Amino acid sequence: MINYYPRIYPIDQVGAEERVSRLFSRSIKKESKIRALKLALSMIDLTTLEGKDSLGKVRQLCYKAAHLHDQFSNLPQVAAVCVYPNMVDVAKKTLEGSSIKIAAVATAFPSGMTTLEAKLNEVKSVVDAGVDEVDMVMSRGRFLQGDYSYVFDEVAKVKNTCGQAHLKVILETGELVTLDNVRKASDLAMDAGADFIKTSTGKVKPAATPPVVLVMLEAIRDFYKRTGKIVGMKPAGGISTAKLAIQYLVMVRETLGKEWLTPDRFRFGASSLANDILMQIVKQSTGVYQSINYFSID
Amino acid sequence: MSKSKTLKFDTGGAYSPAPESTDHIQLKDRYGLFIDGNFTPSKAGKYFDTINPANEEKISEVPEANTKDVDSAVQAARQAYEKVWSKMKPSERGKYIFRIARLIQERAREFAVIESLDGGKPIRESRDVDIPLAAAHFFYYAGWADKLDFAFPGCRTKSLGVAGQIIPWNFPLLMAAWKIAPALAAGNTVVLKPAETTPLTALKLAEVIREADVPPGVVNIITGGGETGKMLVKHPDVNKVAFTGSTEVGKFIMKTLAGSGKRYTLELGGKAANIIFEDAAINQAVEGIVDAIFFNQGHVCCAGSRLYVQESVAKEVISKLKDRMNTLVIGDPLDKNTDIGAINSRMQLEKICEYVDIGKKEGGSVYQPSCTLPEKGFWYAPTLFADVSQSHRIVQEEIFGPVLAIQTFRTVDEVISKANNTPYGLSGGVWTDKGSKLFKVTKEIRAGVIWANTFNKFDPSSPFGGYKESGMGREGGIDGLHSYVELV
Repeated sequence: MINYYPRIYPIDQVGAEERVSRLFSRSIKKESKIRALKLALSMIDLTTLEGKDSLGKVRQLCYKAAHLHDQFSNLPQVAAVCVYPNMVDVAKKTLEGSSIKIAAVATAFPSGMTTLEAKLNEVKSVVDAGVDEVDMVMSRGRFLQGDYSYVFDEVAKVKNTCGQAHLKVILETGELVTLDNVRKASDLAMDAGADFIKTSTGKVKPAATPPVVLVMLEAIRDFYKRTGKIVGMKPAGGISTAKLAIQYLVMVRETLGKEWLTPDRFRFGASSLANDILMQIVKQSTGVYQSINYFSID
Repeated sequence: MSKSKTLKFDTGGAYSPAPESTDHIQLKDRYGLFIDGNFTPSKAGKYFDTINPANEEKISEVPEANTKDVDSAVQAARQAYEKVWSKMKPSERGKYIFRIARLIQERAREFAVIESLDGGKPIRESRDVDIPLAAAHFFYYAGWADKLDFAFPGCRTKSLGVAGQIIPWNFPLLMAAWKIAPALAAGNTVVLKPAETTPLTALKLAEVIREADVPPGVVNIITGGGETGKMLVKHPDVNKVAFTGSTEVGKFIMKTLAGSGKRYTLELGGKAANIIFEDAAINQAVEGIVDAIFFNQGHVCCAGSRLYVQESVAKEVISKLKDRMNTLVIGDPLDKNTDIGAINSRMQLEKICEYVDIGKKEGGSVYQPSCTLPEKGFWYAPTLFADVSQSHRIVQEEIFGPVLAIQTFRTVDEVISKANNTPYGLSGGVWTDKGSKLFKVTKEIRAGVIWANTFNKFDPSSPFGGYKESGMGREGGIDGLHSYVELV
């Protein structure tokens, strides 16, 4: 085990909020809007993470992932589906032959309150089942008690267990509360080997908030400048409208540049966002809004 | 060895055009002088064009007021002062000012579009800053109209008479509000001259004043150039002169008014120090640097044009600043995504070019983002100079454009002495996460306004004004009221 000392990198909450409001005041119209909508669609991790998830529910979700709105041509696919470990097999079977990735949450999602050994076993089991991506939860309790070395070590070990699978580290920023903590946790997760950093489980409110996403994007930028390593970003929870998704794309574009505008580097964790984007795309081409009943709700 | 990577932005072409509509605005082909409640032609019949600096096309023409015009404007103001305004119940005066504020709010969109058309500033700023703040100033001072005795405890107040007011072209409507609102609240009447290149929102304000049924002559608005301004300053029946503009003209006004018994307030140039300590929230500080120098194309007297970065973080700050400059959208002021609009006039553009040439000759390292500027109109890319010193002219003199001079420093005392090493003293900015340092530094810098971990924030309740060659007197807040009353 190593000793990990996080860097002090102060964040000014007022300044971060001002920057967000300036970014969010960009007006995205016409061509650039259509491009952004399609891009946002291709960045979605279509997610179902509920205690009542059943095989049937996951099958339906996977079918939807591959058939967003077949009435409309030239639509991209979503990036991935995100499910619980015991749903990986059925998701894999349903998505066989498609390029949609499979992500599983692991490490005692959403609380992370179990032993390191149990966490590593869980990660190993989903990796063995053939997932492309692992979404782990960071140990917030340990982080808040200042046990940074423990948290660093845990992430590093999970990363090690992931093998070829990409690791997304969920910070659960709603429990970290301050932007200073968000920055510190982002730095820690990246130093420990995260491929992606992710805001939230979706189980804690607030989930992804714009200032939190901005601070994490800036952390990714600073890490890239320092090390040359590319880390991706995934805001999750509470992103349900196309408008907000586009605003986040603007934020990514003006913080990290256009090279981050790809599903390899940016994802939305969302369950209902896809339909709102689909509605907007259809509206852009027909000029009128269709009833939500024309879009399947799987 | 860590490798440094570059980020790719070219934001300019990323967003489809999103222009604000101009259908809803009403402009006349030709305006008159607003004297005694009516638009009247100038006595000499001379007119000059006001153009859109973004495309050099004529928008309208306005009269050039001569001595007779100035005289009749001052006379109208005098009559209105003696017969109506000074005798009116203060609460009634307040009602009129409140009405002006509400009408500005109602017509905010039209004001914003005209402000951007006539002056070149981005619609984002005229819509979100200039016009709302102008309305806020009228609201703020309307509230004081019947409470003057409470503003200055233990004193009674007396109005001064006729105020001659001359305003600059960088915040046309806002500066008109800063001047007119406190003057009226305190019971004075006004003759206001807007800047030669940006008269239109002042003339629209004249329409609002008429719509608000303000008694004729209480506010008079006359257009013209420097000569008209001189006539107003020298007019024997003006009791108070309020001027915002260059230090050069400010000195002329002081000389002219010496011994005349006229009161005056001057809000002049600046060369503000913006200081970034190593313990600052760096990403927010970089944003603050952008707000400080590139707001309104740098046409801001309180712009943070001298940047001081602590040496240990200088590399990071400058690299981030350059990245940020590459995300600034430059172009059509009416496009909602525009961050940097047009330079206000050809004259100003030439001045900026001249200073950048001087900076290059003096050996500064210049940086400009890769952006394409429109062919027609007056444009200048955001620019920074590194490797400069206190001895460089671009560090000493006010450029009034989007040009930043960057120096590094090592200790607190060093940066305080450098910040104060200027003939100006209007504003400043300090960025640190440490409260004690903030209080020490802000206390020791001689400047009228110092922002802590932010920059270019304005509020009607907060006094604004300078030390040294940045002027005298304060505008805004109770201090701003003080400039328009005599305490008895």
